[in-house]
Amino acid sequence: MGTDTDRYTGEYAVEVAGLTVDLERGAVNVVSDISFALAPGEILGLIGESGSGKTTVGSALLGHARAGTAITGGKIVVDGVDLLSLNRKELRRYRGRVISYVPQDPRASLNPAMRLGAQLQEALTVHGVASRQQRLARIRQVLDEVKLPSDDRFLRRYPHELSGGQQQRVVLALSFLCRPKVVVLDEPTTGLDVTTQAHVLRTVRELCRSHRTAAVYVSHDLAVVADLADRIAVMYSGRLVEVGAAEEVALRAAHPYSRALLDVVPDPHRRREIRTIRGRVAALHERPDGCVFADRCDFVEPECRRQPIGVVRIGDGHTALCRRTEALPVRAGQEEESTRVGGTPDDAVRTPGEVYLAVRDLRASYGGKEVLHGIDLTVPRGVVTALVGESGSGKTTLARCLGGLHDEATGEVSVDGRRLAFGAHERSAADRREVQYIFQNASEALNPRKTVGRSIEQPLRVLGGADGPLSQRVASLLADVALGSDAADKYPSQLSGGERQRVTIARALATAPTILICDEITSALDVSVQSAILLLLKRLCADSGLTMFFVTHNLAVVRAIADRVVVLNEGRIVEQGPVDHVLDRPQDPYTRQLLGDTPSLLHA
Amino acid sequence: MVKMILWRSVYAVASLFVVSVIVFAATQALPGDAAVAKLGKNATPAALESFRQLYHLNDPLPTQYVNWLGNILQGRLGVSFATGFPVGSLIGDQVANSLVLIAATVVIAVPLAVVLGILTAIRRDRATDHISSVLMLVISALPEFVLGVALVLLFATNVSQVLPAVSPVDPSRSIFQQLDLIVLPTLTLVLLVLPYVVRTVRACMIEALESEYVTMARLKGMSERRVVLRHALPNMAGPTFQVVAQSLAYLAGGVVVVESVFQFPGIGQAFVSSVLSRDLPVIQAVAMLLAVFYVLVNLLADIGTVAMTPTMRGGTR
Amino acid sequence: MTPPDDIAVATPASATTGTARKRNAAPPRKQQSADGVRAVLRRTLRLRGARVGLVLMLVVMAIAFLGPLFSPHDPTATIGSPYALPGGDTLLGTELLGRDVLSRFLHGGAVILLLSLLATVVGAGTGMLLGLVAGYRRGVRGELIMRSLDVVLSFPPLLLALLFMSLLGTSPLLVLLTVAISHVPYVARIVESSTLAVTGRGFVQYCEMIGVPRRRILTGEILPSIVAPLTVQFGLRLTYSISLIASLAYLGFGRQDPAVDWGMMISQNQSNVVGSPWPVLLPVLAITIVTVGANLLTDSFGRAVGVDLGREG
Repeated sequence: MGTDTDRYTGEYAVEVAGLTVDLERGAVNVVSDISFALAPGEILGLIGESGSGKTTVGSALLGHARAGTAITGGKIVVDGVDLLSLNRKELRRYRGRVISYVPQDPRASLNPAMRLGAQLQEALTVHGVASRQQRLARIRQVLDEVKLPSDDRFLRRYPHELSGGQQQRVVLALSFLCRPKVVVLDEPTTGLDVTTQAHVLRTVRELCRSHRTAAVYVSHDLAVVADLADRIAVMYSGRLVEVGAAEEVALRAAHPYSRALLDVVPDPHRRREIRTIRGRVAALHERPDGCVFADRCDFVEPECRRQPIGVVRIGDGHTALCRRTEALPVRAGQEEESTRVGGTPDDAVRTPGEVYLAVRDLRASYGGKEVLHGIDLTVPRGVVTALVGESGSGKTTLARCLGGLHDEATGEVSVDGRRLAFGAHERSAADRREVQYIFQNASEALNPRKTVGRSIEQPLRVLGGADGPLSQRVASLLADVALGSDAADKYPSQLSGGERQRVTIARALATAPTILICDEITSALDVSVQSAILLLLKRLCADSGLTMFFVTHNLAVVRAIADRVVVLNEGRIVEQGPVDHVLDRPQDPYTRQLLGDTPSLLHA
Repeated sequence: MVKMILWRSVYAVASLFVVSVIVFAATQALPGDAAVAKLGKNATPAALESFRQLYHLNDPLPTQYVNWLGNILQGRLGVSFATGFPVGSLIGDQVANSLVLIAATVVIAVPLAVVLGILTAIRRDRATDHISSVLMLVISALPEFVLGVALVLLFATNVSQVLPAVSPVDPSRSIFQQLDLIVLPTLTLVLLVLPYVVRTVRACMIEALESEYVTMARLKGMSERRVVLRHALPNMAGPTFQVVAQSLAYLAGGVVVVESVFQFPGIGQAFVSSVLSRDLPVIQAVAMLLAVFYVLVNLLADIGTVAMTPTMRGGTR
Repeated sequence: MTPPDDIAVATPASATTGTARKRNAAPPRKQQSADGVRAVLRRTLRLRGARVGLVLMLVVMAIAFLGPLFSPHDPTATIGSPYALPGGDTLLGTELLGRDVLSRFLHGGAVILLLSLLATVVGAGTGMLLGLVAGYRRGVRGELIMRSLDVVLSFPPLLLALLFMSLLGTSPLLVLLTVAISHVPYVARIVESSTLAVTGRGFVQYCEMIGVPRRRILTGEILPSIVAPLTVQFGLRLTYSISLIASLAYLGFGRQDPAVDWGMMISQNQSNVVGSPWPVLLPVLAITIVTVGANLLTDSFGRAVGVDLGREG
């Protein structure tokens, strides 16, 4: 503890020491011994996957514990005062004024029944700005800073009348209104398009710089954080396993988990070998006594499991929670990998063979409003095509048309020269076997009342195609997606998110399809789980010659999995071609902008 | 918003039209002869025929319906079979009495229910909340007349003889001079609507208190008082208004039974006695009146809810 | 789009009216429970409200259906002077016309309870079918169904019943039908919205994609998914049926003297409640107990499956 506080001699904007949060019942630890310090204007990226406790830390910094949890130890010193030593009333005077919070979902966190002006004014009123004149002046100033209109007409609006990006800017304005010393941002760009995300990130950076506000930026996205933050803190199972300067961590990560995380993050600028982290995160009640990462670590020794690991100093302001840092091999550096840019893809992709799937002048609408304006597309057999675009680009509609889920469409889709109907019910059984669709949300795509086995059997029962007993076929399908045969008797609620998505993949493979359509199937998953799924899909395509459509908003994922890419914007194709070709030398301005806004570790 | 009000109004008028057809059909077109019903099985054919002539019962049904509807729309509610008096003057006082009853109920029940709902939401899972929720559960299970009779047993028998068991309002005096007579009927009606409003208010309040915007308000340093009054309350105005209006509409059915229990001379009792004596014009008039009330209140509920919910209101254009 | 930071914090369950919430065995996280009928029943019966409610209902049902076997007198026979006090030949005295109170009470429940049950089954069943079709097949057909049900809604149920009885008389069948009709729109609305929500889910769309016949999707995928709200509706509607049918009987639209039912017993003897409370008190208690029991059971079931009565009641 305290190792982080010796790199700076002035007064810190915030000093956190030994922060610990437990469940109220059962004395179960949620996060423990969180310590770091930030100088004014410094941005800390707090990174972690599901279950790491990063959000818990984020709200605990304001002295707030979520229902069922309690802050049980530590200090949070802001402006010379330990927030945790204050009573409720005193704490209220600090919240919002000295330390403020930007939540994940701006839509839910703005009061739907209050006008923007009233909400902004109130934030100043409760902290003692009594003059309306003063309040309005400050509000207009801050709204200008976050690049929102500041006229009266805007202030009279209600939150639901704004776009998602605007709502997030209002929340930013709210949190910077009182000129706080520290701002905690909890995944503020989640759910925003990359372009909007880039704008918001830029604004955050400018605000922190110009007002010398320290920020804690909580995120699951290493690339975003590496782009934005001065320092990075990596969380795993409730512990800060590594803290250090951003480029230091990005280039010379010391903790095995940080290193693994860096390895699984896909990058839009280079094709990397897809790697995975073995095992899965331990549940809250099953965390190991010794090193929290021991069960998944490649360098584990018996000694690691014996007792909690102490903080190890790596360099100036760089610490890790690992007793084996010196024994770790030098990481396969970025330089080495960068040389492989534009390396791998099959030459077949550049010289397309026979056309397997063809789309001609496809137009689709919702309730009479056209959202796809004439799509022309051809795909050779066995190729992975990524459909990429922002929300509203029509990428999902296109996928649904191909999958037979959207029939308000005209034009022509043909497979192997055979014309395909738009509605699944008009397709022949053979067509329905050949084209399979995987949904984004796996927990909704599986009937919660059916066992995994029954769900996987369903297409076989309806469409036929199984030779031999169904249970045998189910077991072999489960094996194909790296699940044990015992999964067949489980219900979806007993599986993790990644496992559920594997089940939907197994179900799609049951009828031995030739075309697989994946609609954002990894976007709700952690990066380490995502990489495992991508690896699985890649292997399946290589093994069985599947032709795959992969819908995504993430260019990094495109680079990782696809051979060809189709870029959609507002219902039109703006660019298409081999992935490495398009992403290395984008021709269309839209593609270029998209690529520029996609966060990358290379930028860092 | 304007479009929505128009649309709802058109819809309300349409459903009233359908209701009028149903009322007419149920009373005049279905098997069972009004003349026989009025004059009895032993009436001579000549008497029956002249009765039918008098009330145009021999005309084709659509003609009868159009005439009937036209009269109703002009406020001519017909003449009572039973008494020979015009229906309008016959039920006028009773409508007034019922309105007083309903108004008293609303004035007491709504503030009580809203306060109780908010209180139980704030003190969720504590003793107050538990006691209230069990009470509401029990009350909401009881039929109206059982509630009424139970109150009579409690307050107007040897248990405690404080209030009159029946409410024979003296028509020669104003109802406001006989207020003791409306205490028990009002209390019954209050208990009748209380559970619905309390439950809805409580559920909405809890939803609001658990919302992210309330958490955010706390993280912005607002006091608990301010959080409840400024942030949570405005968000439950819409649903609360809706459930209040709905229970008002529900009262249109409730008064029928409760007035019978207390022999309170209101519109409900008029309805029951006219049904028992098959006094068609009175049945038709009262049924239409209650239906109009019901539809109007529901219309008001829809419009009010939208008006009070910014997210439903559409842009500030 | 992001992995939720899912530290297993006890998220507060839905905003139920909760006596037994702390003792509630239901998992804190509101998830789609995959468990079968037996598990749900077990979870329901673990709640005190459910056990109390069940016992209350069973007691009254036993009295209503088995009571006639133990009736000491002919319920229609005059055996004494009006309003004779308890004692001698009569355990609880006589009523208005000098008939045995206990015997009339024991005979007066079966018809009301049976009619209520049938009306609920018919009404909720019809509502369920219409709601399922309207919710799953949307379009013109669904719109037509829901809008015509709205018209039924624009009339207070009791008025509707009275209106029909004003000319058609008071046959039990008519009572059953009018009460059943009054349930249809309410049940249909709930079923429609639940169906709509399920239909949008991936697993139903997947079935459509691989060509499972629509009827099979309705019965095999959608119906099992909406059993919970449907059961809650059934319970609420049953309570309401008993209320409505007893009220009609009380107003004089039930069985006709000398036959007997609880509602009529109350209205006949209400004027002398001070001198002779039993003929009023007994049926009032019976109706109270059975409706409160049904409501308790429904509420507990709703809590066990995570359906909130506060918003659906």
